[in-house]
Amino acid sequence: MARAQILQAILIWVLLLILLSLTVGASFLPLGRMNPVVSMGIALIKASLIFWFYMQLKKERGLVRLAALGAGAWLLILFLLVSSDVVTRGSF
Amino acid sequence: MTQGSPVHEPYTEASQQHEANMLGMFIFLGTEIMLFGGLFAAIMVYRIEHREQLIEASKRLYLWIGTANTVILLTSSLLVALAVQASRAGSRRVGATLLVASACMGVGFLGLKGIEYAKEWQEGLLPLTGVRHAFSGPVQELFMGLYLAATGLHAVHLTIGIALMVGLSWRVGRGSLRLPQKALTVELCGLYWHLVDIIWIFLFPALYLVR
Repeated sequence: MARAQILQAILIWVLLLILLSLTVGASFLPLGRMNPVVSMGIALIKASLIFWFYMQLKKERGLVRLAALGAGAWLLILFLLVSSDVVTRGSF
Repeated sequence: MTQGSPVHEPYTEASQQHEANMLGMFIFLGTEIMLFGGLFAAIMVYRIEHREQLIEASKRLYLWIGTANTVILLTSSLLVALAVQASRAGSRRVGATLLVASACMGVGFLGLKGIEYAKEWQEGLLPLTGVRHAFSGPVQELFMGLYLAATGLHAVHLTIGIALMVGLSWRVGRGSLRLPQKALTVELCGLYWHLVDIIWIFLFPALYLVR
């Protein structure tokens, strides 16, 4: 096993734990409506680190990266359409 | 990459075969993401409609158990990432040990989750039939229903992951899964494990950190 790769994996793990403590800490701050933005933003960063380094997307080419991110694009459509319905309901 | 693995029909080169393997796995993982996506959409709608009551319901969950479980899963992902590197390097014993260690962390996660469910069951917060309920209102009941469905579905996935890791570890340890030629098998199972971890990374703030 290459030493540099092991160190990199451990470094990512430390970063993930730091992000976890940040997100738990931020949940005690009075962020109000910004709370889900902060907590989901940190979750997105954690997921990106895992996708990029642990799941080795950095070593893959365009097609595999596209397949990995594809579900995210569909989810975005799901969330956008559902939330636009819920938010505007009753106001027309 | 798939160094040393033989190229099968219909592929002409190893890189093409590797790409096809990865593409298939990531598309499967995409279907898993969509499966959980529906649950996340439901959580989002509740949050928009009943923000105040949802915050109260979320505060009743055991934040420390959720946080400890997140640490466990993040660490297990590190072990799996190292196991994949060990498999590529052909270190059988290290690979098998790391795989079984990650399976043990998965079992630890399920154990803690079980304790958490037991506590909530005693408090009457699990929406199961034949149980005394003590919900503060319909919103908490709906929230706990989503919580049970989402974490339960995640636990099922984790159980599959544990079985995969134990099976892999057994085959790697015995030498029936030859390394580094078959490192791809470890790699693909590793991708599944990481995805189960990622789903928890989103479930944790969506359920436990609603403030």
